[in-house]
Amino acid sequence: MSRQSPGLRLRATIASLAGALLVACSATALAAGGAGGGFAQPANNDVSNVASLQRGARNFVNYCQGCHSAKYVRYNQLARDLGMTEEQVIANLMFGAAKPTETMDVAMRPADGERWFGIAPPDLSLMARSKGTDYIYNFLRSFYLDPKRSSGVNNLMLPNAAMPHVLWELQGLQSAVFEEEEHGGIKQVVFRKFEQVTPGKLSPAEYDEFVRDTANFLEYVAEPMKLKRQSLGILVIAFLLVFGVFAYLLKQEIWKDVK
Amino acid sequence: MSAVQTGSAGGGRMSRFIDWIDERFPLTAMIKEHATEYYAAKSFNVWYVFGVLALVVLVIQLVTGIFLTMNYKPSAEDAFASVEYIMRDVEWGWLIRYMHSTGASMFFVVVYLHMFRGLMYGSYKAPRELLWVVGMLIYLALMAEAFMGYLLPWGQMSYWGAQVIVSLFGAIPVIGDGLVEWIRGDYFISDITLNRFFALHVVAVPLALILLVVVHILALHTTGSLNPDGIEIKEKKGPDGIPLDGVAFHPYHTSKDLVAIIVFAMVFSAIVFFAPEMGGYFLEHANFEPANLLKTPEHIAPVWYFTPFYAILRAVPSKGWGAFLMLAAIVLLFLLPWLDRCKVKSIRYRGWQFKVALAAFAVSFVALGFLGLQPATEKVYVYAARFFAIIYFAFFLLMPVYTSRERTRPVPERVVYHGHE
Repeated sequence: MSRQSPGLRLRATIASLAGALLVACSATALAAGGAGGGFAQPANNDVSNVASLQRGARNFVNYCQGCHSAKYVRYNQLARDLGMTEEQVIANLMFGAAKPTETMDVAMRPADGERWFGIAPPDLSLMARSKGTDYIYNFLRSFYLDPKRSSGVNNLMLPNAAMPHVLWELQGLQSAVFEEEEHGGIKQVVFRKFEQVTPGKLSPAEYDEFVRDTANFLEYVAEPMKLKRQSLGILVIAFLLVFGVFAYLLKQEIWKDVK
Repeated sequence: MSAVQTGSAGGGRMSRFIDWIDERFPLTAMIKEHATEYYAAKSFNVWYVFGVLALVVLVIQLVTGIFLTMNYKPSAEDAFASVEYIMRDVEWGWLIRYMHSTGASMFFVVVYLHMFRGLMYGSYKAPRELLWVVGMLIYLALMAEAFMGYLLPWGQMSYWGAQVIVSLFGAIPVIGDGLVEWIRGDYFISDITLNRFFALHVVAVPLALILLVVVHILALHTTGSLNPDGIEIKEKKGPDGIPLDGVAFHPYHTSKDLVAIIVFAMVFSAIVFFAPEMGGYFLEHANFEPANLLKTPEHIAPVWYFTPFYAILRAVPSKGWGAFLMLAAIVLLFLLPWLDRCKVKSIRYRGWQFKVALAAFAVSFVALGFLGLQPATEKVYVYAARFFAIIYFAFFLLMPVYTSRERTRPVPERVVYHGHE
């Protein structure tokens, strides 16, 4: 009995390690959910939805690529991954580029961007990996009227964002209602809700879909091999399982005479 | 016995070829000494696989590293883009890169478990002091290798993490500032720093690592491997001169290790294929943003494997003393064989003092690792880090006292082994 107690204790140690990791992960998740004052919602996008990615690509080239590049992404890779022919990509997605092997660059010079917006619009190839897809989804949904800003709008996810509300025609314009709350003597301004000021071309539900497709496309461009790695991963682990069975039987055979 | 036949047992062309080699190079003798006639205890438990796994990860890192250098460009201008080029345009580049980034973290996972095994079963005690010290040198080299490798993708966290850690050398009195400049080769982390870190990461440190690993294994094969009971199996030999409790490394331990390697490969593959970022712990989110010299990230944390020491650094209000304690936390590990006064090796037969101390040490190491990842702004984290840092140091500094008062249990004559089930 006492011989086994170190083993038991070790198992308890491992369990506590796993527990600590869980606590760490959930704390991170909570912190991430905290931005946007309760407004932020998960994007609920699906990178395996090719139709959504195609719509997202269309949205990106029409509304984003005027200012933002995706400079690590090649057009012909889009064709391969999004189930399109190169002709379709040339006709529908390539406005500035000459060849499908080119990357999704932007015509606007960084210096101009800096002069016009105060900061050059960032490349969006990896935005979904550095900030997260949920961030992009909520960022594009949380522009609100703010006369103090030169662009006329502010943003809940990125306060004092340099970016104007490019999608205002689609979403319409909304104002934000803030309230003052007191927690233990400390006054805080808390976001309550948005109020639609002028209607957009899309209904709120349609607009959310539009933004979800766009965020989905950005998640795809951030890691184009994501679906491929997951399907390959299943094969690799299946192979290892089979290999493992034979390796285990070999080990049993070799060890059977050890007393 | 189903041991394999080596060398010149049968006639034929092959054995004549082996004979030809053996007259010029001790091939058969080496295979015997290190594999087919190297005897290790039959009672190894799961804690004994991490040394082999560390070797496996070393090979993964070397091979994937070679392929990464074929497309990586070590310049501040091109580094970030070349990594994305590998991820997107190089055939299987993403797999090679994810294997390398996952391998870096998994190296520390297996090395930390390997070291903890050593702590539990007394693998550092006489006559294995040198084995332990060489192992610690490997750990140091590994930290240097990981730190310099992390700068290479030239992301925000690469840049600012390097900035913070290199600046620590500035805490050294008198020569500090000059030393920092000498390491960077510039007044800030720059293209010059990236170039020299690349050279050290792909040539100098790997060479040192390989050499140290060879020395580590030679030292191990001189003293022999210990076992969960902490018994020297060489002391009980049969009439054939073979330890009674030992089995040959090959084919016994190799066949067992193969199973362990496959299980490890499954865990490794699960990360590579399904969670290469590991929730931001293996690949930090901020590192998908190119290094920006003008924009300090709001929260700089080193990768998880450095955070126990980083937490100790931050727990001390003065930078100089913080850096000193951080260094001391590593140096004390080197001294372990001489701090522990207990004659009994394995935790199975040691007194409660050591068991409690080791458990407290393990908990404090993990807790410090967690705290090192948290933002320094929370006061409660700083106090917690101080508390666990004190336990960390107490484990070592009080060791000569509590290990000399242990009431140990009698160690059996032979290893405890329940036969093959």
